[in-house]
Formats: sequence, structure tokens, C-alpha cells
Amino acid sequence: MGRYVIRRLLQMIPVFIGSTFLIFFMVYALGDPVAALFGDRAPDPATAAQIRHDLYLDHSLPAQYVHYMGNLFKGDFGVAFNGQSVLQLMGDAFPVTIRLTIVAIVFEIIIGISLGVLTGMKRGKPVDTGVLLLTLVVISIPTFVTGYVLQYVFGVQLKWTAPSVSPSAPLNELILPGLVLALVSLAYVTRLTRTSIAENTRGDYVRTAVAKGLPRRRVIIRHLLRNSLIPVVTFIGTDIGALMGGAIVTERIFNIHGVGYNLYQGILRNNAPTVVGFVTILVLVFLIANLLVDLLYAVLDPRIRYA
Amino acid sequence: MRGATRVKWAAGAVAVALTAGACGGGSSGGSSGSSNGVVRASWGDPQNPLEPADTNEVQGGKVLDMIFRGLKKYNPKTAAAENWIAQSITSSDSQTFDIKLKSGWTFSNGEPVNADSFINAWNYGAALKNAQLNASFFEPILGYAQVHPNTSGATAATKLSGLHKVSDTEFTVKLSSKFALFPDTLGYSAFYPLPQAFFTNHAAWLAKPIGNGPYEIQSYTKGTGMNLVKWDGYKGSDAAVNKGVDLRVYTDNNTAYTDLQAGNLDLVDDIPASQLKNVKSDLGSRYINVPAGIIQTISFPLYSSRWNTANSAKVRQGLSMAINRQQITQQIFQNTRTPASDWTSPVLGDAGGFKQGLCGQECTYNPSKAKQTIQQAGGLPGGHITISYNADTGSHKEWVDAVCNSINNSLGNQNACVGAPVGTFADFRNKITNKQMNDPFRAGWQMDYPLIQDFLQPQYYTNASSNDSHYSNANFDNLVNQANAAPSSSESVSKFQDAEKQLVIDMPAIPLWYQNGSAGYSQNVSNVFLNPFSVPVYNEIKVK
Repeated sequence: MGRYVIRRLLQMIPVFIGSTFLIFFMVYALGDPVAALFGDRAPDPATAAQIRHDLYLDHSLPAQYVHYMGNLFKGDFGVAFNGQSVLQLMGDAFPVTIRLTIVAIVFEIIIGISLGVLTGMKRGKPVDTGVLLLTLVVISIPTFVTGYVLQYVFGVQLKWTAPSVSPSAPLNELILPGLVLALVSLAYVTRLTRTSIAENTRGDYVRTAVAKGLPRRRVIIRHLLRNSLIPVVTFIGTDIGALMGGAIVTERIFNIHGVGYNLYQGILRNNAPTVVGFVTILVLVFLIANLLVDLLYAVLDPRIRYA
Repeated sequence: MRGATRVKWAAGAVAVALTAGACGGGSSGGSSGSSNGVVRASWGDPQNPLEPADTNEVQGGKVLDMIFRGLKKYNPKTAAAENWIAQSITSSDSQTFDIKLKSGWTFSNGEPVNADSFINAWNYGAALKNAQLNASFFEPILGYAQVHPNTSGATAATKLSGLHKVSDTEFTVKLSSKFALFPDTLGYSAFYPLPQAFFTNHAAWLAKPIGNGPYEIQSYTKGTGMNLVKWDGYKGSDAAVNKGVDLRVYTDNNTAYTDLQAGNLDLVDDIPASQLKNVKSDLGSRYINVPAGIIQTISFPLYSSRWNTANSAKVRQGLSMAINRQQITQQIFQNTRTPASDWTSPVLGDAGGFKQGLCGQECTYNPSKAKQTIQQAGGLPGGHITISYNADTGSHKEWVDAVCNSINNSLGNQNACVGAPVGTFADFRNKITNKQMNDPFRAGWQMDYPLIQDFLQPQYYTNASSNDSHYSNANFDNLVNQANAAPSSSESVSKFQDAEKQLVIDMPAIPLWYQNGSAGYSQNVSNVFLNPFSVPVYNEIKVK
């Protein structure tokens, strides 16, 4: 187990370097950021040259990458155009997005898995058909539509909650955005759990457990659900990374100053340090989430062992 | 059983659809904000640090206009440049200006506003090593070439030789050439004075800028918002009538609009395009839509062999006549643009140089004449043209497609014009700056100060800083020089209009429309209006 974890951690190093390299080059390929700073007017060449010099943009691309990575290992993520250090931006943005992601994941786990078990146990019954249809509707409606509609209904019409989230983004204000963010994944979790449960109800070990005379509740939770959760855990694990980076739409609608919003601003302003810094952290989140998922397999299914 | 389920869900779907439909025509709920005399307004994150000479976009400019006052102030209603901190600005030759300051002005940290506050600020803004985006505004001042040499890294002087301190309340400015309207440019934010605190502790100043205007900054969280409070020590006659302004950064202007409807916000100065259809029913008279100092054009790369032939000016005139401006401003922009008939802006007023219809029939929709003119000139270069725009911001695609459509219909050729998107604004600007354009491209010009000079000289004078077309005409240059050397403002303006008539003949850029400024406000506030730069005049807003 320990050796497996160390091997996986070592594998992360080339993935990490490769992905930052790709991102760095892609952001660079978007064009020269200095021209955009001047708006619609032509940049004064001397000023533009001075800004390029200050931002280390007057060197070759590989030299810039080496310079950037060198600073990165010293803990310096560079400075955004508005003069804020990227580290500080990340310090402000990540806690907000992590809170939002937690809310979303909790919704996915509680609602998604419960509905999945319910429908999986009652295959073909009206409740199953109903929930399946509902998930289909949720999956087919784009997030920005559900976002604006729910914001309008609950924020403007019913006034149950403020339509926009305040800068400190406390948990209670994140419930609606978290639900919007979770909805599509929630529908997938429901469907995955349902299929998995439906298959495993026919499993030998379930029949054995029932034959042993175990209470129904214990059969479902200890035996059936535990074995059925593997695909669901895989999905939720990868979803953590996707939710953190992909919350751009939800964060914009609900005025949440999180990772998605900062990434969007960075891309819009062609601000390489912001984009590369945030994506680098997101890559790490992805890698670690994947590792945790793999380790969880062993917990859920005793047949899986890592050497 | 199954059939019944389906019916149930169909009913559910209808209910959802009805709820969604109801949102479109929804009314705004009654607002009962507890703002305590403070205006809650939407904001965007300023792109650059909040230094006067480094702020060239409206979000940062908004704050600077609240916390600073300069030598002159543009009257928010008439756009006239009025002496503010300046007691008088006099010149006998339009080249050396004697500036006397009113006494008693201070910064909010107690430092006096004196001649040094201006001289130091301007030297800082002009110096190359500070890489200020607005450095070129100091170009007219003698000695600019020495503090801001054309090659970076060259040893530069640190002080503009044209600035001389006479006393604490008087200094002189010598320009490198005659420029009659120079005093009227001094209301621009790049010319604001700076306190010593700016130079002694720069980082602290940037974290919480100190100025001499009607407001002072109470707290500033970058990327999130700013709280400004009325500064009681303010000397000017335009002190704030409210207790302060809370600026909140919104991730999306739709969200700000929703917050306005929900009563959580008092002022939105950027109505989202998708709400333009509803805004009148939502806000009624609390919706503002007035012309701003912004003109949109289609500029031509006159350096390209496609556009520098003897006949190409005629082709450009033909294209101008082929565009149905009226229809596009109504249908695409919901009347938030006004069809253009000259190269300036209505906010200048007639005295300032705006002249409706100066362009004449060359800017009037006339499809048959357009077709005829282009045919006589030998047709479009290569048989068709493209119009470039940046696809990332500003939703330019819709109107560029509409303009092309209008051209195609006028010429009776569905392949005459297509839009050519460029991925990002940065890339788009790079292509223009590096002279890589072969076909027309969209251009927008937002005035820096309400002067006809600012609309014409930077864009059309030979080798001027923003002459993206690389237009060069001796007669135009000559008339601009005469206008700058004119002894009075009115003579200067009339010479500029003569120069503008040359643009009708050469058509280096087709005027499309003047952009309007828009804003919406809650029932909580009153006396909301926009200044000529389409920024709300915050200090005049009354809170109920």
C-alpha cells in the first residue's frame, strides 16, 4: 500500500511538469497581453517594451518557462496585472470555491445516492420512471438556464435568499449555487447508482446475505451499496476537479469570486501568471483526487489490493 | 400506469416552462434596502493598479474621478472644461501656459495641493521606467522625448524640462509645439495631482489610494469591492450629497441587474444586452440611455495594397453608403447606439465641434448610389471584403454580420462581405498594431477629454499614436496644425471641422454610430445622471 502511494506520487511529477508546460504555451499562444492593456488605442512602443521587460516577456518562450518554474519552486506564482500577487488571489479564491464544491458534493452524495438506491430497488415502478425522467430533464437543461431561473425564482420573486453571494461567501449563501452546480452531476450519480444497484441485487452475495436472514436494511447498506459504489466513487472523485475548475458559469451567475471567475478574468486579460497558477493547482487537485479514489476502491471492495 | 406517469410529468414540464416564461416579463420587487445614505453601485475589477497615469479604462477611472480633482473639471452636463483647482490658466502664444492654483486645497491626509503635487505627478507619469499606460498624454510637454525615449533601456532624464515651479501656487508649462486647446485637456485623470505619500510609500498608497476629491477610500479589497465615504474636508463646490458609495465587483452584469431588481443594489451602469428588451418595463423612468463620447467605426488598412489605390477612397465611400445604420441601431442595439454622421460625438455639443451631418450623403444609407459608386470605382478589391472583429468580448459578431448583410443586400451580392472573427482582443490589437490587416476592421474610440481634437488628431494625423489606418494627408495635417495654433477655442474648433471634411473625401474610417451610455437605478436613489464619459455622477446622487 505504502509503496503504491509513493509510486503514484512519483508519477505525478512528470504529469505536473507536462501539464504546466502545455498550459504555459497555450496561454502564450493566445497572443501578446501587453497590446490588450492599452484598449482600443495603439500602444506607445517604448511603454509597451518597458512593460514587457518588467513582466519578463522580452525573453524567449523556453526562457520564460524556466524563469516561471524557477519562481514557482520558490513559492512565487507571479503577479497579476492589477498588481496583486497570484498567491494572494489563490488564497482568496480557493477557500470560496472549496466551500462551493463541498456543498455541491454533499448534495450529490446525499440526494444522488439516495435517489439511486431508491430507484435501483424499485426498478420499473412509477417512482423509478419519474426520477429517471427528471434526471433526463436536468441533464438536458444547460447550467446557465437552471442558474438564472432558480436565481430569479428564489432570489427575486420569493426572496428566500439573496440573488448574489456576498464577498465572504458563507456556507448558507452557497446552498442555491451549490445545488445548481451539483444538479447535472447529481443526475449522473443517481443513474450510475441505480444501474449498479440494479445489477448487484442479482449478485450471489446478496442472495447469501438475504438467506442468512440479515435485516433488509443491513443487506442494502453493508453489502449491496458498498459493492455498488465503486463506479459512483470514481465519478464523484473526478467530479471534484471538474466542479472546481468548471464552476465558471455558476460563479458568474451568482457573483462568486472563486477559482472559475479568476480563471475567466485571467483568460480574458491574457494574464499568463494567473491562468497558469490556478490551473497548476487544479491539476494537483485532480491528481490527488484520483489517487484518493483509487485508494477508496480497496476500502470498498476487499478483493482489490495494491502492492 | 406508465401512461399516467407520462401525463404527470408532462404536466410537471408545462409547469416548469410556465415558471420560466413568467421570468421574462417579471416586475421588480419593491426595494427596501437599508443603505444608510450610502449608494450601492456595481463595479468591475480595474485592470491595472489605481494610479492616475496608469488607468485607461472606465472602472478604474470611476474611482479616480471620485477621489481626485484636477486643474480642470469637465462639467457633467455640458462637457465644458471649467477651472477647478486652477485659479487661472493663461497663455500669450498657445505654447507656454501659466497656471495659478487656488489656495487652501489639501489631500485627505492633510498634505497641501501645491505646484509640486502636479509637477511630481506629471514627471512620474511621463517617465519611461514607470511604464505608465497614459504616458503619451504628456507628449505635448517640452522634454517628453528625454524622459520617455523611444528605445527602452536608454538612459532617460527624470524630469520634464517644460515644467517650472514659480511658487507654491503657480507653475508654468512649456509645450514642444503650439496647442491652443491644451488647458482643456487638463481635466483628464492622467493630469491629477499626487501627494508625497504616493512617492514615499508607494505600496501602501496603491493598497488604499489617497486623493483630494469629494470622497476618500475607507476600505479596498482588490477584486471584490471598495467602500468610499464622503470626505468632510473637501474644498470644492461639488461635495458629495450622499454619505458614501459602496462599489461592488460583479462577475457578470446580468447578476448585477438581478440584484438591482431584488433591491440589493442601487445603481447599475452597464445594462446587459440580453435585458435591453425588458429594461423599460422593469425600470421605467429609472433607465438612462444617453449618448456617450464613444464612436464606433470601420477602419481601413490604408497600408495594404488592396486599399491604397487611386479609386479605393470611392469604394470606401460606397461601402459607407451601403450600410443601413438606422436599422442596425434599432434592431441589434435596441436604440442604445445613435447613427453617426460625423467623426466626433454629440457630447461635444455644437460649440465643442460636433456637427450633425458633416459627413453628408457619404454617410447616408443609399443602396443604389452605393452600388453605382463601387462599380464606377472598379468594384471591391478582389471582389469581396471581410470585416475583422475580436470574438471574445463585446458581442461584436451580431452587428458585424448585420453590417455585412446590409452591404451584401445593397450590392446585390451575397458574397461581397463576411465577418472575420479574431479569437482574443489582445491578438486582434496585435494584428492591427503590427500592420497585418488586409481588410477593414472594427474600431472604437472613447474620448479622453471632450474635445474635437481628441477625436481627430490621435486617430487621423500622420503617424499619430492611434492612427490604426495609417492615414496620412498633408491637407488634414496642415489644418490640424492651424487649429492647434489658433488663438481662440472657437477658431480652433472651426479649423478642426475643416480638417474633418477631408475625412469625407478620403474615408479612412467609416463612421457607424455613437455609443450611448446606459444605467439603471433603484427607487432608493434619485438625481442619477451620466457625465459625458457615461460614468454616473456619484457625488450628485441623493439617497432616500
